[in-house]
Amino acid sequence: MSPHLDAILAGRSICICAGSGGVGKTTTAAAVAVAMAARGLKVAVLTIDPARRLADSLGLDELGNVPVRVELGEHGRGGGELWATMLDAKATFDEVIDRYATDEKARQRVLDNRIYQQISGALAGSQEYMAMEKLYELDEEDDFDLLVLDTPPSRNALDFLDAPRRVTQFVEGRAMRLFIRPTGFGARIAGRGFSVVSAVLRRVTGGDLIADLSEFFSAMAGLLSGFRDRAERVEGLLGDERTTFLVVTSPAGEPIEEAGYLRGKLAEGDFPLGAMVVNRVHTTGAPGAPEEGSREALTGLLGDEDLVARVLAAHADRGVLADRDRTNIEALRAASPGVPVFEVPELSDEIHDLDGLRAFARMLMPDDAG
Amino acid sequence: MTGKGGVGKTTVSYALGLAAAAAGKRSIVCEIARQEHGSALFGRDPIGFNETELTDGLWAISIDPDKMVREYLEVLLPVRAMASLLYRSNLFAYLAAATPGLREVVSIGKAYELTLDVRRSPDGAGTYDLVIVDAPATGHGIGFLEAPGTFRRIAKGGPLADQASRIERMITDRERSGVGIVATAEEMAVNETAELAEGLEETGVALEEVFVNGLFPERFSDAELERIRTAREQRPSAALDAAIAEAERAQTQQIELERLRGIVTGVPIDELPFLFAAELGVEQLRRIASVLS
Repeated sequence: MSPHLDAILAGRSICICAGSGGVGKTTTAAAVAVAMAARGLKVAVLTIDPARRLADSLGLDELGNVPVRVELGEHGRGGGELWATMLDAKATFDEVIDRYATDEKARQRVLDNRIYQQISGALAGSQEYMAMEKLYELDEEDDFDLLVLDTPPSRNALDFLDAPRRVTQFVEGRAMRLFIRPTGFGARIAGRGFSVVSAVLRRVTGGDLIADLSEFFSAMAGLLSGFRDRAERVEGLLGDERTTFLVVTSPAGEPIEEAGYLRGKLAEGDFPLGAMVVNRVHTTGAPGAPEEGSREALTGLLGDEDLVARVLAAHADRGVLADRDRTNIEALRAASPGVPVFEVPELSDEIHDLDGLRAFARMLMPDDAG
Repeated sequence: MTGKGGVGKTTVSYALGLAAAAAGKRSIVCEIARQEHGSALFGRDPIGFNETELTDGLWAISIDPDKMVREYLEVLLPVRAMASLLYRSNLFAYLAAATPGLREVVSIGKAYELTLDVRRSPDGAGTYDLVIVDAPATGHGIGFLEAPGTFRRIAKGGPLADQASRIERMITDRERSGVGIVATAEEMAVNETAELAEGLEETGVALEEVFVNGLFPERFSDAELERIRTAREQRPSAALDAAIAEAERAQTQQIELERLRGIVTGVPIDELPFLFAAELGVEQLRRIASVLS
């Protein structure tokens, strides 16, 4: 019998929920946060794009870039606290610039740059990186016992693993700077083919773009060492022993494949995987219920052959999904020896209050164990 | 085609392609993602960046935005040696990483090329009556459609900006182009669809149709459901449980579907059935296609 999730999270101060889109990552993160707060911890959940009703369920009109306290009601009887924040990637990027700009003029020069304005929202990896930046900030500056991060809905669930490196590499822009100002030492290294390449590129892109990029990289130059230093520490959080990952998935074929892939990548990078959570699992009937509602018995109960046929059709359809889910989850378990896999059954309605989140969390950690 | 992750965007894209092909239109589905899925749906090996006929009249191509820089440069630059030089230098790749909208322009650029009456591709590929772009999931979706305009404004001049302008004109041409949003009848997907529809109005791209995917069958009337519930109280039965769960799910979906119809008005909203199958394949795609046509 594998341990419950609260035991897995004991002594950890950061829990990162990762997985592909549409598998219930946000709900899982919120449920874990509520349940751990109910166990007396001071918890913050960083979410990316909660459904309005989830924000409502946390008792909040609006979530912002600064954590707000959630009224826990009876779930706060253990003395815990729950805080919630919704990530604003652009505002967080601006804060990073604020932190490392040496003076107001340098700060404004970056913030005013057209390339920066586009990049802070649109650069690949910037949302992922900023989520981690926020996580780092909360970890450094506040006294939370546990931070739960819901990762952004990336095209690829792994994007956040190398996001700090990608963003830093981009901002450093070594190759670009070399090319933009091909004078002196840089130009000599690049060799004589360089001016030809440079001319071709200018021909394709037009001069204005290159001028703007050049301005961006030179405006960023003063901030670089602070930025790079910070990114290294942020990246360090991912592999820290206080951190654990939860891989969240649904039991359909593609998300399961993605979850297996993610598990492999985490292992490769030595990132600590705490558990996997499979949401929306279809089952057939409660345990102990007779395996088959035989046609005769059902006809006796319902008294209508046509209705019985439709009930049996519904049962058969559900059986197809239950079989698929069981096969997929077994494959996931087999491929992930030693990793606890929790299953959460398909719910007929979406979760929209603290009680609902708490009920969800009971599939991961029964109340009496806490 | 766009929509939230996990709603079946790729499935609906291919089903639409099948329906169009059956109506005599030479069609192509253009998947823009790091991983391709369509070939597996048709039980084929990955097709990659090669226009491939999957079934009569339905073609497919998979575009990995990171990998198509070279072909793009060759289209853009008149002298192949110049394209090759730029590609080998890696500078264009850096530029694509650094410039907002450029990667997207490059990906849509191929889709744009597929729509041309006279194809630029060297291998003498044919022309298409319908090009279905399976775009990245929302969050990225609007950004993807705005990318040509964003890029044009940043770059101001040069052949790339000209190309971005041509693409922008095409996707905002309501006679030729439109967006289909794929959603499920669930709260978050409905909210996102509403936001997306609103965002589209600002971009000037026409919303053509909304596809609500994964609808559970409504097998039972309210009175019948009551009878089933009463029977379940008398006797535990997995079949009755399954019937109740399915009916409840269908009811929730109908409420969300109604909410969607209230918010997104003036465009057709197609209802597509949930497919009870262990794995999706051509047979399931054909079922969706038959609903679409």
